[in-house]
Amino acid sequence: MNTLSKSDKMTFFIVAAISLLAPFILNPFPEGSAMAQFNAGYPDLMQRFAIFGILAIGFNILFGLTGYLSFGHAAFLGVGSYSAVWMFKLLSMNIIPGLILAVIIAGLFSLLIGFVSLRRSGIYFSILTLAFAQMSFSLAYSVLTPITNGETGLQLTLDDPRILDGANTTGNLPVTGLFGLEMRDTFSLDIGAWAFQFNIGYYVCAAFLLLSFYISIRIFRSPFGLMLRAIKTNQTRLNYTGLNSRPYTLAAFVISGMYAGLAGGLMASMDPLAGAERMQWTASGEIVLMTILGGTGTLLGPVLGAGFIKYFENIFSKINDTVLHTWFSFMPDGLENAIVWVLHFFVGKGWHLTLGLLFMMIVIFLPGGLMEGAERIIKRFRAKKGGDSDTTPDTATKPAE
Amino acid sequence: MGILEVQNVNKSFGGLKALQNVNLSIEEGTVHAIIGPNGAGKSTLLNCFVGKLIPDTGTVMFDGHSLLGRKPHEINQIGVSRVFQTPEIFSDLTVAENVLIPCFAKRDGAFTLNALSRVAGETDVREKAEQMLIDVSMQDKKDMVASSLSRGDKRRLEMAMCLSQDPKLLLLDEPTAGMARADTNNTIELLAQIQERRHITMAVIEHDMHVVFSLAQKISVLAQGTVIVEDLPENIKGHPKVQEAYLGVAT
Repeated sequence: MNTLSKSDKMTFFIVAAISLLAPFILNPFPEGSAMAQFNAGYPDLMQRFAIFGILAIGFNILFGLTGYLSFGHAAFLGVGSYSAVWMFKLLSMNIIPGLILAVIIAGLFSLLIGFVSLRRSGIYFSILTLAFAQMSFSLAYSVLTPITNGETGLQLTLDDPRILDGANTTGNLPVTGLFGLEMRDTFSLDIGAWAFQFNIGYYVCAAFLLLSFYISIRIFRSPFGLMLRAIKTNQTRLNYTGLNSRPYTLAAFVISGMYAGLAGGLMASMDPLAGAERMQWTASGEIVLMTILGGTGTLLGPVLGAGFIKYFENIFSKINDTVLHTWFSFMPDGLENAIVWVLHFFVGKGWHLTLGLLFMMIVIFLPGGLMEGAERIIKRFRAKKGGDSDTTPDTATKPAE
Repeated sequence: MGILEVQNVNKSFGGLKALQNVNLSIEEGTVHAIIGPNGAGKSTLLNCFVGKLIPDTGTVMFDGHSLLGRKPHEINQIGVSRVFQTPEIFSDLTVAENVLIPCFAKRDGAFTLNALSRVAGETDVREKAEQMLIDVSMQDKKDMVASSLSRGDKRRLEMAMCLSQDPKLLLLDEPTAGMARADTNNTIELLAQIQERRHITMAVIEHDMHVVFSLAQKISVLAQGTVIVEDLPENIKGHPKVQEAYLGVAT
């Protein structure tokens, strides 16, 4: 396996180890303790970490390398979900055909949108992708109801054909699986006060995350990746160097669209329904946020950013006034009420405010995202330790545009 | 028959006739300078060679191909490279990567989806790029980010990028503009070396007469969109028409 350089191998194995041990790492607090609500090690959320990780990795291949900011990636996510659910309805509850179709359809769809949108660059490209995504959302919501089931969203029903699975005699809706393994199956390991959950669906998602991450490293280190980075810095020179930038950007767009399709397919595999809201522009914006927050153009950044946002969305939004009151109950009543009154703007329904403030701080103080923060910490740590060991040229990350 | 044949080229922008019946022939293996006062149409002419502008009428033939209607990358692929007035390099990439890109473009053509091969594993291309950096004596700067180079080094790097494609024709748009005398002399030396070693045909647009007369084997003088004189350097200096164009002396 001489396909990755030493440091890339390291990065890959660290990500692999973290994904494998996520049920432990994300569950540091014992069950029933006051801190237990900060635990993120439950299947549903872990699956989301992995799925949005894939989505952000794919988005980063387009935005991080070529600098083309797409505001329509949620459309490919939605298309992937719809395709996968249709496969579950028509063919089989096995997720493999669903995922394959999701990737193919998302690829074709992004080929079409990319072909048109990539005629322009900069803000015009972003607007074109945004327009396409909103168009897809509106169509899915209204005219395309026979395919998308409109407002209700596409769901499984008992009388779906499912040609490969044979007749369903149980009277219950079938569940998604992978050659007999059910996605919802969870093995719970209780050690003392801790309860660690190992979910099949999560490990399937994690396996796809690792595959996606591996391919992304390969693309970053390939001549193709080099050309994509060249497009970001100077398209004029690229053209006068005998390279045609259009097919390169289109290929990057389709690859990242296929990543989004895979993420959408996995989302449907974990929970077999697909709704139009998955394609809305806020969803596209969230992908952009994840990538910038984590560190545009870095290998690990997008995964970190995805985890960060999903953690906030799920953990902070669950803290309500009652929880706050129990936390601050040791204080005198007046003070307790005052503190809770202030804090309740930042948690629960107000989690967006916390996220927004954090995002602003990161963009202002760490333009390279979380990865730049990590880099600075490591540098400072090294400087304290060895002093002159840091002889590598300064290749600090550039601010995201 | 020269390697680049320009015949009856006209180009106007609105009412301004930038080029009028320009005829030019550049012999293979020579350095051909195009000089003229500001606004004479030198850059417009150059832009017609590389596909940035399309002449209204006339023909531009290069090595048996018409250059009209071809895109910049296609023209580059048939052997025309261009050095810009302000260096156009990949500023965010390292010096080594800057030279690797044209080497890949030369080997793989305008587009190849080699997403799963490794840059580190492409030994032939890497060796070629390395050699190119040694040729312009920049090998010690190969890990620097290109934007941190000095202006002279940026120019040198751009030249290296163009040369690594083994072009048949190298177009240089004021290669010494804004340079100190020492840097200018270095550039002249570099260009003379390239010319001697590789016999690349060059077309140079230049204001600095020192550069022109050090390098050129033939000079075309452009004034108000037309070629007024095309001759050997020794005949250009005292030519009355040239003096008129530059100084406005009435004959």
